[in-house]
Amino acid sequence: MNLMRLAVTAAALILSVQSSALAQSTLRIGLAEDPDILDPTMARTYVGRIVFSAFCDKLFDIDEKLNIVPQLALSYSTSDDGKEVAIKLRPGVKFHDGEPFDAEAAKFSLERHMNFPGSFRKAELATVDHVDVVDPLTVKLVLKQPFSPLVAQLTDRAGMMVSPKAAKEAGDKFGLKPVCAGPYKFVERVQQDRIVGERFADYWNKDNVFIDRVVFLPIVDATVRLANLKSGGLDLIERVLATDIKDVRSDSRLKLSTALELGYFGLTINVGRDKAKGPLSQSEKVRQALELSIDREALTQVVFNGEFVPGNQWVSPEHPYYQKGFPIAKRDVAKAKALLKEAGVTPPVAVDMMVTKGAENEAVAQVLQSMTAESGFDLKIRLIEFATSFKQAQAGEFQAFLIGWSGRIDPDGNSYVFMHTGAPQNDGGYSNPEADKALEDARLINDATQRKAIYERLTKVLLNDLPIVYLYHRRLLIAHTNKLEGYKQMPDGLVRVIGLKLK
Amino acid sequence: MLNFLARRIVQLVPTLFFVSVLIFSLQQLLPGDPALVMAGEERDPAVIEQIRQQYRLDQPVPVQYFYWIKGVLSGDFGESLRNKVPVRELIAQKLPVTIQLASMAIVIAFLIGIPAGIVSAVKKGTALDYGANIFALWGISTPNFWLGIMLIFLFSIQLGWLPASGYVPLTENWRASLASTIMPAFVLGNAIAAILMRHTRSAMLQVLESDYVRTARAKGLFERSVILKHAMRNALTPVITLGALELGTLLSGAVLTEQIFSIPGFGKLIVDAVFNRDYAVVQGVVLTTATIYITLNLIADIAYILVNPRLRG
Repeated sequence: MNLMRLAVTAAALILSVQSSALAQSTLRIGLAEDPDILDPTMARTYVGRIVFSAFCDKLFDIDEKLNIVPQLALSYSTSDDGKEVAIKLRPGVKFHDGEPFDAEAAKFSLERHMNFPGSFRKAELATVDHVDVVDPLTVKLVLKQPFSPLVAQLTDRAGMMVSPKAAKEAGDKFGLKPVCAGPYKFVERVQQDRIVGERFADYWNKDNVFIDRVVFLPIVDATVRLANLKSGGLDLIERVLATDIKDVRSDSRLKLSTALELGYFGLTINVGRDKAKGPLSQSEKVRQALELSIDREALTQVVFNGEFVPGNQWVSPEHPYYQKGFPIAKRDVAKAKALLKEAGVTPPVAVDMMVTKGAENEAVAQVLQSMTAESGFDLKIRLIEFATSFKQAQAGEFQAFLIGWSGRIDPDGNSYVFMHTGAPQNDGGYSNPEADKALEDARLINDATQRKAIYERLTKVLLNDLPIVYLYHRRLLIAHTNKLEGYKQMPDGLVRVIGLKLK
Repeated sequence: MLNFLARRIVQLVPTLFFVSVLIFSLQQLLPGDPALVMAGEERDPAVIEQIRQQYRLDQPVPVQYFYWIKGVLSGDFGESLRNKVPVRELIAQKLPVTIQLASMAIVIAFLIGIPAGIVSAVKKGTALDYGANIFALWGISTPNFWLGIMLIFLFSIQLGWLPASGYVPLTENWRASLASTIMPAFVLGNAIAAILMRHTRSAMLQVLESDYVRTARAKGLFERSVILKHAMRNALTPVITLGALELGTLLSGAVLTEQIFSIPGFGKLIVDAVFNRDYAVVQGVVLTTATIYITLNLIADIAYILVNPRLRG
C-alpha cells in the first residue's frame, strides 16, 4: 500500500514537473503609457523604447557604467580625422522573417533612419553623409564632419536594425508589425491594451533568453499598476511613484530596482525671448539670486521622500561627465537678496512660471514658490496641460518653465539642443558664443578626458548665465515580483529581457 | 408610418452634418499643435514641418474639413497620427469592448435599481425605505475612481479573486472576460442604479396612489399582483426611457472607469487621443458615438409609435 502511494506520488511529481516544463512562461510588464508607433525610425516615446528592447536589437548597447558595448555590431573604429567610422557586424544574425543581417541590411536600416519621410532619427544621424558597404560584415559611416556622440546614438533607436524586405513591403506601416533582430518576435498589438511578443528561435543570443513570451500592458494609473503587481497580474512595472517606494520595500514578494536617470529636471528660463522683458531675463544676477533661493536637498526630501538626487548640471553627480569643480550651491537667502539689490531690482520679482499638470510637478512648483518668496521672488504658477505647454514653450510664451528631459547616453544629447544658439529645444532663446564654441568643440573630440575639459569651460559659462536652473535627477523606479530573477536596472530606464528567468 | 420613418431619416443627414462640423471646428479651438505633440521630445523642426504637410495640418481648416469629410463619406476615417493605425480599425477594436461594458453596467443598474426602488416605495417610511435611500445617495455621491480603487484593493489584492485591471475579449475566454469586466461594470452600474432607484421610487409612489390601483385593491387582488402586474408596469415606462438614455451615455465611453481598470474602450481611446491631439481619432470616435446616440433615439421614437398608436399621424 505504501509502495503504491509512493508510486502515485512519484508519478504525480513527474507529471507536474513535465507540465510545468511544458507550460509557457510569460513575462507581463506594466507600462505607464501606451507606446506610439513601433517603428524605430518614427518612434518618439520613452515608453516605446522599453518595448523596442524586446523586439529590436541595436548595433551597440550600454552597460551599467554607461560604457558602450557591442550588440549587433562586434566593434568599431574611428579614422584619425574622425570622419569615418567603420563598424564590424556580428555574423550569423537573422531577422525575425529569416532574412540575414549583413552589411547591406545595416546600410539599408541606417539610410532608412536618415531619409525616410517623417523619420525622427534624421537629427541624430545628421552628420552622416553616406554609408558604404566595405565587405559583407563591415559598414563604414562617412561623416560630413567629426561627431563624437555618433556611436552613442547607435545604442538607441538610430542603431536599431530592421529587416529590409519587411520594411520595403510595409512602407510607413512597418510599425504596425515590426520585423527586427531582437530576442522576441512581434505577435500582436491591441492599441491601449497589450503588445505581445514570443521568443525568437533563431535569435543570435538565444541561449540567454529564458522566458517564452513577453506581454506589455499599458496601465496609466500608477496606483493601479502597483495593485496589479501586488495581485500577481503583472511581473514588472515601470515608473513606481517615489511615494510608493516604502510600500514596495515592505512587501516581501516584491523587489525594487533603481538607477539614477540620464536626464534631469529643471527650470528653463526665458532669457532671450521674454516679451515682457522681466528682470529674470535681463540679468544673470537675478537668475543667480533665484538659484541661491532654492534648497534642492529640501525640495527632493519634501516632494520625493529624498529618493531623487539634487543636481546643478545637465548630468547627475554620479555621471562620468559631472564637473566636480562646480558643486551645488547652498541656499543663501541673504546673498540672493544682495544680488537682487546689485541688479537694481526691487522685490517682489514677479515671474510667470509655466508648469505642466501632474501631482509631482505641482508639488515641486509649490515648494519652489515658497522657497524663492523669502528672497523676494513671486513665482506665479501657471498650470497647463502638456500638449499646450509644448506649443507655448516653442513660442517662447513663458518666463520660467518647469520641465524635465529624459536624457541621452552622451552628454551632448543633454546639452547641445538646449543651449546652442537656435537649437530646436532652446526654448528660452539662450545664446552665448562661448557656450556655442564649447558645444561645437565637444562634438569634434573623441577622447573622454579632452571632452571633459571642454565641458568644464561650458559648465563655467552656464552656471554663470543660468539659462536652465537644474534642480534634481529622478531615480528610475522599477518594481518586480521576486519570482523574476536576474533583473538589472540600466541608467537609460529600459527593461532588458536577456538573462531574465521566471521562477 | 413609412412617411414618418422617411422624414426622420432625411432629418438625420443635416444633424450628422452639423455634428461633423461641430466636432471639427471645436477641436481646432484646442490649444496645442498635433505635430509638436507627436514629436514629443524629438523636436526636429524639419520633421515637424514634414508631418504638418503630410497630414495637411498646414492647410486652412475648411480645406482640412473637406478632405476629412470626403474620406468619411467613402468609409475612410483617416489614420491615427500617433500610431498610423486606421481609425476605422481602432473603432472596430474598441466598440465591442465598450458595448460589453455598457450592457453589463446597465443590466447591473436595472437589477439593483428597480427592485430597490419598488421596495422602498411599497415599504415607504420603514427601515427598508431609509436603507434604500441611503444606498442611492451613496451610489450617486461616491466618485467612480475611488470606488474602483477600493474594489481593486478588496477583490484583487486582499482576496485575490479578480484581476486588478486589463481586459480579455468575450470571444477568447468568456469567464476571464466577465472577471475582467465585472468590477468596472459594477462601478458604472452602481451609479446608474442609484438614479434608477430614485426614479422608480417616485414613479411607484405616484402610481400606487392612483385610482386604478385603488380599484385593483378593492377588487380583492393580492398585494403582490397589484404591485407587480398593475403598478410596476406603468411606473417603469419613464424608468426604462431613462435607462436607455444612460445606456447611450455609457456607449460614448466611461472615461475614468476605463482608465482605472485599463479597459481598452472608447473612453480611454478618446481621452488619449485628445491629450495627444490625435485629431483623426477624436473626430472618428465622436462621430461614431454621435451616430449611435442619434440612431438609439430614432429607435426609441419608433418604439414609442409602435407602443402608442396615438403618436402616429
